Amino acid sequence: MEHLTYQLTGHKALPAFGAVLVGVVGSGNLEVLMEQGTDPAHCTFSINTSARGFGPIWEAVVQNFQARHQLAGVAVSINDMGATPAVVSLRLDQAAASLPSGGAA
Amino acid sequence: MNAPLSFAELSARQRVQHLLDAGTFTEILGPAQRVVSPHLALLGVPYAFDDGVVIGSGTLQGQSVLIAAQEGEFMGGGVGEVHGAKLVGLLRRALQVRPAAVLVCAESGGVRLHEANAGLIAVSEVMRALLDVRAAGIPVVMLIGGANGCFGGMGLIARCADHVVMSDQARMSMSGPEVIESSHGVEEFDSRDRALVWRTTGGKHRFLMGDCDRLVEDDVSAFRQAAAALLGQSRALTLQGLLAEHVVLTERLARFGDCGDAMDVWHRMGVAHPEQVTDMEAAQMQGLLSGVALESL
Repeated sequence: MEHLTYQLTGHKALPAFGAVLVGVVGSGNLEVLMEQGTDPAHCTFSINTSARGFGPIWEAVVQNFQARHQLAGVAVSINDMGATPAVVSLRLDQAAASLPSGGAA
Repeated sequence: MNAPLSFAELSARQRVQHLLDAGTFTEILGPAQRVVSPHLALLGVPYAFDDGVVIGSGTLQGQSVLIAAQEGEFMGGGVGEVHGAKLVGLLRRALQVRPAAVLVCAESGGVRLHEANAGLIAVSEVMRALLDVRAAGIPVVMLIGGANGCFGGMGLIARCADHVVMSDQARMSMSGPEVIESSHGVEEFDSRDRALVWRTTGGKHRFLMGDCDRLVEDDVSAFRQAAAALLGQSRALTLQGLLAEHVVLTERLARFGDCGDAMDVWHRMGVAHPEQVTDMEAAQMQGLLSGVALESL
């Protein structure tokens, strides 16, 4: 298992929201938990993944997500069981869509 | 009339949402609280924030219930230490709040082998807690309809409950097909013969044998209806009842012990066309059991 963390700046502040969970830690799948973060200027990512050595790909995926959503004050926690980058992006978008104001790009 | 929504295809969380009255579910120890397995991380395996089981309270047709749902996609629904403790805690809570029922959407291969003894102990603790709830006159209802079935220790737990509701696709047993095949050989049980596996462990066979009380279609509203009908319907838990069940099981073994296939069992039970059973609807099965063999057969 590998633990990865990223902290990306964002400018889209959200109203207060309860934790959002999407996905399941199953083979080729992942769960994404979005909560209110303590840092109002950033979106943080804390990732546990079963597959080692894919840091650069995770970084590209979360940067792509943040470029589209620009979330601020959000803490994203992920438990991953070998999901492909496309599945990760879809789950992130699904979680963002459940946030107040929709989190649309 | 809503279109059927497959129970099997829903996640544990979705099952809870669709079974209960809309918007009434309150989760206990939700994912944000991060009560996770202490064992999996040591083994380098990702954990899940809810340890693969959702527990909480809500209402079903206005009556208060406690509910648990196992997530079959996470570790095959395996019962680990935290997973089991959540089930035990929910059952103990039932003694305090006295709900109309405790509903358990069981989908599990049994003990989570990564957690070995902790998982085994958890299963026995769940059984004990479940029997305490039954002894208090609160019904425990198992709802089994997931693709992973209900096996191992969870199969034992399910059969401790007051009522078992299954779909045709659901399976329930002690040892799973692969386990039987690896211990007794392919001649005993061919785990790759899906039709055989479903005939032998599936909802229809369980229903005909009396191990499952209600057979429903793979539709979440059918499960909801069945659960609602069982609210407040507890079964007495007595020594006499247990002894009577032992007699039934002994007779079953004597009567069907030499059958090689569930179809042989159905034939011996007096089912006129056992080869047609696998194609029957859940509602037709009810007629079959009450001896009212349908004309269409």
